[in-house]
Amino acid sequence: MFIINCPYCGERDQSEFSCGGEAHIVRPKQPTELSDDEWAEYLFMRKNIKGVQFERWNHAHGCRKWFNMARDTSNDKIHAVYKMGEKPPVI
Amino acid sequence: MTKYRINKTRFVDQTKTVSFNFDGKKYHGFEGDTLASALLSNGIHLVGRSFKYHRPRGIMSCGSEEPNAICQINADTNLTEPNVRATEIELYEGLRASSQNCWPSLNFDIGGINNLISPFIPAGFYYKTFMWPKSFWKKIYEPLIRLSAGLGKSPSEPDPDIYDHKHEHCDVLVIGGGISGIISAKIAAKNNLKTILIEDKNILGGSTIYQNNKNFIIDNKKSNEWLMNEISELEKLDNLIIKTRTSLAAFHSYNYLLAKENISDHLPLDKKNSDIRQRLWKIRADKVIVAAGAIERPLIFNNNDRPGIILANSVKKYLDFYGVSTGLNNIIFTNNDSAYETAVSLFEKGISVKIIDIRKKSLSNIVKNAEDLGIKIYWNSTVVNTFGYKKIKSIEIMNLSEDGSNVTGNKYKIQCDCLSISGGWTPMVHMHTQSGGKLDFREIDQVFVPSEKSENHINVGSCNGDFELEEIVKNTNNKIKKFLNINASGFDKISVLCSKELEKKNIWLLPNTISEGKTKSFIDFQNDSTAKDIKLALREGFKSIEHVKRYTTTGMATDQGKLSNMHALGIIADTAGVKMGTLGTTTFRPPFTPLTFGAIVGRGVGKFFDVVRKTSIHEWHAQNNAKFENVGQWKRPWYYPINNENLHEAVQRESKAARDSAGILDASTLGKIDIQGSDASEFLNRVYTNAWSKLGIGKCRYGLMLNEDGMVYDDGVTTRLGENHYLMTTTTGGAANVLSKLEDYLQTEWPELDVYLTSVTDHYSTASICGPNSKKILKKLFPNKDFSDEAFPHMSYQDAIIDKIECRIMRISFTGELSYEINIESKYGKSLWENCIKAGEEYKITPYGTETMHLLRAEKGFIIVGQDTDGTMTPIDLQMDWIVSKKKYDFIGKRSLYRSDTIREDRKQLVGLLTDDPNEILEEGAQIVSELDKKPVEMIGHVTSSYFSPNLNKSIALAVVKGGKKMKGQKLFVPMENKNINVTVSDFIFLDKENKRINA
Ligand SMILES: [Zn+2]
Repeated sequence: MFIINCPYCGERDQSEFSCGGEAHIVRPKQPTELSDDEWAEYLFMRKNIKGVQFERWNHAHGCRKWFNMARDTSNDKIHAVYKMGEKPPVI
Repeated sequence: MTKYRINKTRFVDQTKTVSFNFDGKKYHGFEGDTLASALLSNGIHLVGRSFKYHRPRGIMSCGSEEPNAICQINADTNLTEPNVRATEIELYEGLRASSQNCWPSLNFDIGGINNLISPFIPAGFYYKTFMWPKSFWKKIYEPLIRLSAGLGKSPSEPDPDIYDHKHEHCDVLVIGGGISGIISAKIAAKNNLKTILIEDKNILGGSTIYQNNKNFIIDNKKSNEWLMNEISELEKLDNLIIKTRTSLAAFHSYNYLLAKENISDHLPLDKKNSDIRQRLWKIRADKVIVAAGAIERPLIFNNNDRPGIILANSVKKYLDFYGVSTGLNNIIFTNNDSAYETAVSLFEKGISVKIIDIRKKSLSNIVKNAEDLGIKIYWNSTVVNTFGYKKIKSIEIMNLSEDGSNVTGNKYKIQCDCLSISGGWTPMVHMHTQSGGKLDFREIDQVFVPSEKSENHINVGSCNGDFELEEIVKNTNNKIKKFLNINASGFDKISVLCSKELEKKNIWLLPNTISEGKTKSFIDFQNDSTAKDIKLALREGFKSIEHVKRYTTTGMATDQGKLSNMHALGIIADTAGVKMGTLGTTTFRPPFTPLTFGAIVGRGVGKFFDVVRKTSIHEWHAQNNAKFENVGQWKRPWYYPINNENLHEAVQRESKAARDSAGILDASTLGKIDIQGSDASEFLNRVYTNAWSKLGIGKCRYGLMLNEDGMVYDDGVTTRLGENHYLMTTTTGGAANVLSKLEDYLQTEWPELDVYLTSVTDHYSTASICGPNSKKILKKLFPNKDFSDEAFPHMSYQDAIIDKIECRIMRISFTGELSYEINIESKYGKSLWENCIKAGEEYKITPYGTETMHLLRAEKGFIIVGQDTDGTMTPIDLQMDWIVSKKKYDFIGKRSLYRSDTIREDRKQLVGLLTDDPNEILEEGAQIVSELDKKPVEMIGHVTSSYFSPNLNKSIALAVVKGGKKMKGQKLFVPMENKNINVTVSDFIFLDKENKRINA
């Protein structure tokens, strides 16, 4: 059970949060102009890597803000949390 | 005192007799005993039968690693508990225990026949034998296996005990109250750190507390006396919480730990029931110190499982802690010095003792001590066989060859009534690995030790591989100071004298004169797997430790292989000729010792299982005999039976009344989201499939929401309250998820939109009145309002006032009838409802529940998201093309509607089904087929909604069928267990296709 440092509220227990999967997948601005393959890439394809992964998290039972997290999936170490719209840190 | 209670100790109060019952017979022990020590004091060793061969088994240890002495506690149908280790349960007045896995009785066990045919039960026997013929499974194999494979009985009634959960935070958590845990806790607490010390036994002190030996001296005192003094000082410290009878269950990441405290398990029967039985502590610690200790290893030799063969340090604990002798003619069989402490203790109590040591010599103080006392030691020897069926009677020993790989010389027989064995020590690294820590293999004494990496937890004492008293004390002090960043502690000048082991030797599988195939050298005592089984698995091609473990079931019993894992690994390494360190270990998973379900669940049972949400009108429903249905967390009226009506009868009456005169439904549970902001219209355009910009103020519109994959997600009516103000409704169950999804898009994809969302589900109560007389009832409620179709048309809303309270009236319909929904602040919900009932009295207004609502909408072919859809239905599949805007450039899910998969014509599509026999009602979920003779039968769809319609006087159903759109009029079949029902595909709007009733 992690302790997560919400960029808006500070450190809280993991039970207050929900994970929204891989981060930095931007919804295409013009979906209708994409081929089936390009749309499928956006819709279905996720990296799910072992190592540092960038993820979306939501402080669902708190401020309800979405933010991003760099987490090492092999040991659950959280390297960084940062706000939506910010560039991912270099890790 | 009984024959075997030979010693008085400070830990067992021999003035307080406790009576208990084992296998139907009454015995006595004393306060402070465990069930195991009390049984031993009565001379009882035989406590169970082994799992596979049903061999007699005795108490083998004194702790959680016990593989044999597992009992069924209590006989009550609701309180009985299986798989309790006799070594862990504290004796209390009235305790009833029975041995497990021995039908029909402990002394006469029919399954023992397996022992005689054991050459035919090798590893993987069950996999190999019970494969075929398949028809034998149900009637022959399974009952046979179940009869003889008893691991106790579960209770058959609900557990009446109370369990509790509690959260705790601390600076330092110390796991284990042995000598290293005590030193750690003292240093931490004395340095103003809030410290918790947990210990699974009822008193602190570990094995040092009964180490009464002149070879182990701390600050000029015997180690046990020194420790006793430390404990009494510890108990005075302010910022230290000591929790005994508390065992660590799990060590999760970020120092989040679960520990189970036994609160009333040790109390006499008559004092138990008033209290909480167990409490699960959820601890978040800044720093964790693991001082979990080590487990003594057995030795693996032929017939090493007889009752009376006990781990050497356990023999010492029974003697020095409980005052009980495990035998009067003892032999110790060891590969290390620690068992010599047991020998000295036995000798000092006047018990005959001999030692067999596989080493050639040992020059330590404790060994010299034993020699000086005149104890006979057989060096360089091993046990090759044991005798005695229900209790050990004698052993045979031989000399070891030079390299230890074989035996030489003559067999020599020695009589005994107890064989104490010691194969060295295994550090308890379970906690360390549970937290994500890695292990290193230490070649010299063949142990896995933690490789320290974490800044937030540390291992000290024997669980860290420190076995000598001096290194335990000094290393603990040094490591804790560094770990907690402390300069000096009270232990810096401590002096420790102890015996030091210099000669080490280990043989995982001891040699014998007879071939391995004919020996029974047990590794996993509880699951009955032997060295032979492991070797067979290797010969059959299994290489990975995880595979060997599963194939032979080694380490898979309730003790999780605490005694067996290392030997299994060692034998695999020796046989395969690889280094043990390269094999890795099996994964240690929580819980460390079994947890009761009660402790896991805590108070979350019965009405505390989940939150219950009730509408403000709930009380009225209850008073009017409503039967309730759970919809998410909501309690919704399901139907309102009158005079013993069943569900069907009530629903027929309610739905007829709603169409013939007037019905009223509590619709308060629908999700409601208040949407405001200058981009609110644009936002709705993006989240719904249809267009919203042109919806006039005061108008309502039905909307369908998709996921990005094009599948229907939710639906509901949204009302435009003002230029930049909407009220969205969602399904009852989907409300929270819809809000989260909308917030997600607003925050992450479209932060430029000026839109604010507020959940107002609980703010308003809703009474929905439908039927041809609904307009008349509304007129009585709101006499000043014009309800003409011109002034108040379908799909519009108006503000109104009732009893001086503002409310909103929406003219919308989910039944196809003329219908109004009145929304009012929740606290006035019940009074509004009562007004509606009163006004509707002359029209026999009939309250109806969710079942009638479902029937009424099904007659109209309106879908229920989640019932007629399942996350794989597009609006096109639902034949709702009309709601998908062709003009809008984009909305959530639009692009997916023309992926190659979503435009397939053979997708499952929504259709109506009519049964050839109009009285036959289909079962929801029933499968649909088109050809009965085709094998295998192809399922082409299933029934999603099915009712008998009193308004149409026939059975109707909605279904999803592959390519259903083009199948209107086609005959299909719904095969049931004992008949095939003939059905015809129909339109899914069964009633009032022209929508005339909406303005009736
Ligand atoms: Zn927050």
